[in-house]
Amino acid sequence: MPGFISHQVAARGLSLLRLRPVAATMRTYSSATKEVTMTVRDALNSALDEEMAADPNVFIMGEEVGEYQGAYKITKGLLDKYGPERVVDTPITEAGFAGIGVGSAYHGLRPVIEFMTFNFSMQAIDHIINSAAKSNYMSAGQINVPIVFRGPNGPAAGVGAQHSQCYSAWYGSVPGLKVLVPYSSEDARGLLKAAIQDPDPVVFLENELLYGESFPISAEALDSSFCLPIGKAKIEREGKDVTITAFSKMVGYALKAAEILEKEEGINAEVINLRSIRPLDRDTINASVRKTNRLITVEEGFPQHGVGAEICASVVEDSFGYLDAGVERIAAADVPTPYAANLERRAFPQIEDIVGAVKRVCYRSLPMVATA
Amino acid sequence: MAFSGAKIIQPLPLHTTIRSPNNPLLFDPFTSSPFLGSTRTLRLSQSISASQRRCASHIVAVSDVFKEKKLKSNTNLLLTKEEGLQVYEDMILGRAFEDMCAQMYYRGKMFGFVHLYNGQEAVSSGFIKLLKKEDSVVSTYRDHVHALSKGVPARAVMSELFGKKTGCCRGQGGSMHMFSAEHNVLGGFAFIGEGIPVATGAAFASKYRREVLKEADCDHVTLAFFGDGTCNNGQFFECLNMAALWKLPIIFVVENNLWAIGMSHLRSTSDPEIWKKGPAFGMPGVHVDGMDVLKVREVAKEAIGRARRGEGPTLVECETYRFRGHSLADPDELRDPAEKARYAARDPITALKKYLIESKLANEAELLAIEKKIEEVVEDAVEFADESPAPSRSQLLENVFADPRGFGIGPDGSYRCEDPKFTEGTAQV
Repeated sequence: MPGFISHQVAARGLSLLRLRPVAATMRTYSSATKEVTMTVRDALNSALDEEMAADPNVFIMGEEVGEYQGAYKITKGLLDKYGPERVVDTPITEAGFAGIGVGSAYHGLRPVIEFMTFNFSMQAIDHIINSAAKSNYMSAGQINVPIVFRGPNGPAAGVGAQHSQCYSAWYGSVPGLKVLVPYSSEDARGLLKAAIQDPDPVVFLENELLYGESFPISAEALDSSFCLPIGKAKIEREGKDVTITAFSKMVGYALKAAEILEKEEGINAEVINLRSIRPLDRDTINASVRKTNRLITVEEGFPQHGVGAEICASVVEDSFGYLDAGVERIAAADVPTPYAANLERRAFPQIEDIVGAVKRVCYRSLPMVATA
Repeated sequence: MAFSGAKIIQPLPLHTTIRSPNNPLLFDPFTSSPFLGSTRTLRLSQSISASQRRCASHIVAVSDVFKEKKLKSNTNLLLTKEEGLQVYEDMILGRAFEDMCAQMYYRGKMFGFVHLYNGQEAVSSGFIKLLKKEDSVVSTYRDHVHALSKGVPARAVMSELFGKKTGCCRGQGGSMHMFSAEHNVLGGFAFIGEGIPVATGAAFASKYRREVLKEADCDHVTLAFFGDGTCNNGQFFECLNMAALWKLPIIFVVENNLWAIGMSHLRSTSDPEIWKKGPAFGMPGVHVDGMDVLKVREVAKEAIGRARRGEGPTLVECETYRFRGHSLADPDELRDPAEKARYAARDPITALKKYLIESKLANEAELLAIEKKIEEVVEDAVEFADESPAPSRSQLLENVFADPRGFGIGPDGSYRCEDPKFTEGTAQV
């Protein structure tokens, strides 16, 4: 892909070939400390805006992305700016428009296909896996597919069983896909820009409840050539007693749990924000476990065959001798998501679950009785 | 704009009723062709279709200019000698290649799922020989002949089938996944219906290039080939809708060979006339005799012309037949031998040969020379494939990604994203 090769991606480099659109005006300033914050929604919107301005091959396709300004307002303002040929409202045809995206990517366009939620991607999963992920391999490198499938993933609040599943493990198991899971606004911006510029199919799993959350953002991250590497996790909080891996919304919970643990138990936890499910950053995870000797994995997906299972297997394979305790996986309850608010709360990991697991792994409390 | 002698009526606006005794069918598919397949077992369905027949539809099948009587008085030939020989050669190549595949499969050189195209050559040659190199073709698992017609060398296809390194996909695709970026063959899909949205996307890209990227001369069209069974699949309807909605330059070519493995088209489809589904979505639907390459070619010219001019998609239903089973593993016990014999008598290659000789476009010797030449091409392809090496072990892990770590390789030879100066972000969350 010609535009791609000419990018200078060192921290300060600016590619002269890329247009510099007006910088996002969505920053808010905290009056006390003059720190710039940005919501995840604005971060995603600005990333899409910048990438569409820089490369005319990029277009957005999905339900309600145009005139409705996006079902979750992620694509707000883009129809007015780029027109209906580049921000395409579709009929309710996930399989159809996912396949159309793949077909256009075969010919060098760079579609960003939005699923209103990743639960709906199940209607298009044949195209994500069979025609997007596998095409480069089946054609022996002749046809690559520079497509991004994005949308909210995982549970929201009270949306019921068919709207609450997390697909990170499903897509993370497919060779030929890259699967990204941003947490903060900086993650959202950097990873989405990297995904759009990437010549391979990327599944970009956002989180509906994070859209409205504000995070501090650096000037570097606001620059239009900012990108984050794919396949590298970030250590959000350094620690020495236990490693907690998490992604998406669970990073926030893990960080809060780490604060509670520090204050109440004196346990110093290291929190890793995975950022990328495939490729999984096994090096960072293993290096951390070798340092702390204990591991907790946190996710919102179902426990069996989940992301945590893969991380545990990786650590057992590579760093078995360094473990001082069994690995614990925290995941959703092994049931379809209930609707009732109190039950839904019990169905997904909460901060106290993470705290409890860390205490068990540090032998500060008794192990749980095994449940069915 | 219309075909010579045929009436293609554009679809009526949505609220008009179709029942009208004033539109007689110029070509009644029910009486003049064995369209319904084996009549012995399907008498019941025939009575149902008789009542359907009474709702005279407003989209009509292809020209009656080809009827035998008129041909003798028609001094305008349908194609030049050069075109005739080109089409003939292409059909002979398709037939000889597929026959050789069967032989090689039973000798163990080919394996897995292999689906042969014998009998349907008129559709492939009729359509694909009218395309430019930049036009795209998307097919199903019955894709060998589509790839050959589009220009992929016989050697490359045969090697791919043998699973060798010199195959068009280096042995990584196989019989059902023929891809060629050079010739714009976009697959080769095992899931029926999967190729249709991909083809619609390729057409979308062509329109996008013309209108958004302002490449004024981009008039590339896409052909999507699929079967009768696919026409009951949801993705087919989704794409008919979007292609017509956005006026995409695509032609949906249905190769209706009446059978989906062992499921007869009539047993599985509420309304077996597939061409009628076009007007329901706002595009012309055409039915053509897919055993006659000249008729297919005339329909194809019109449909491709429409697409190139930006007038939108067309649905073309080709009534055709596969002489062999669904795949080489199919015992083919459910089809009536009388039906097979009837279609074998309409072999497209024999029909074209007869036409070329009778209209004095070619003589026996020239056609025989072509047949000999193709025989040699196919044998050479087998030899080449046989002698080619199998892929090396390291090839197993190649080509999963175009760029495994994103951002490519830096000037120092290591992945750019591993560079410690590559930011990981500075925000403290």
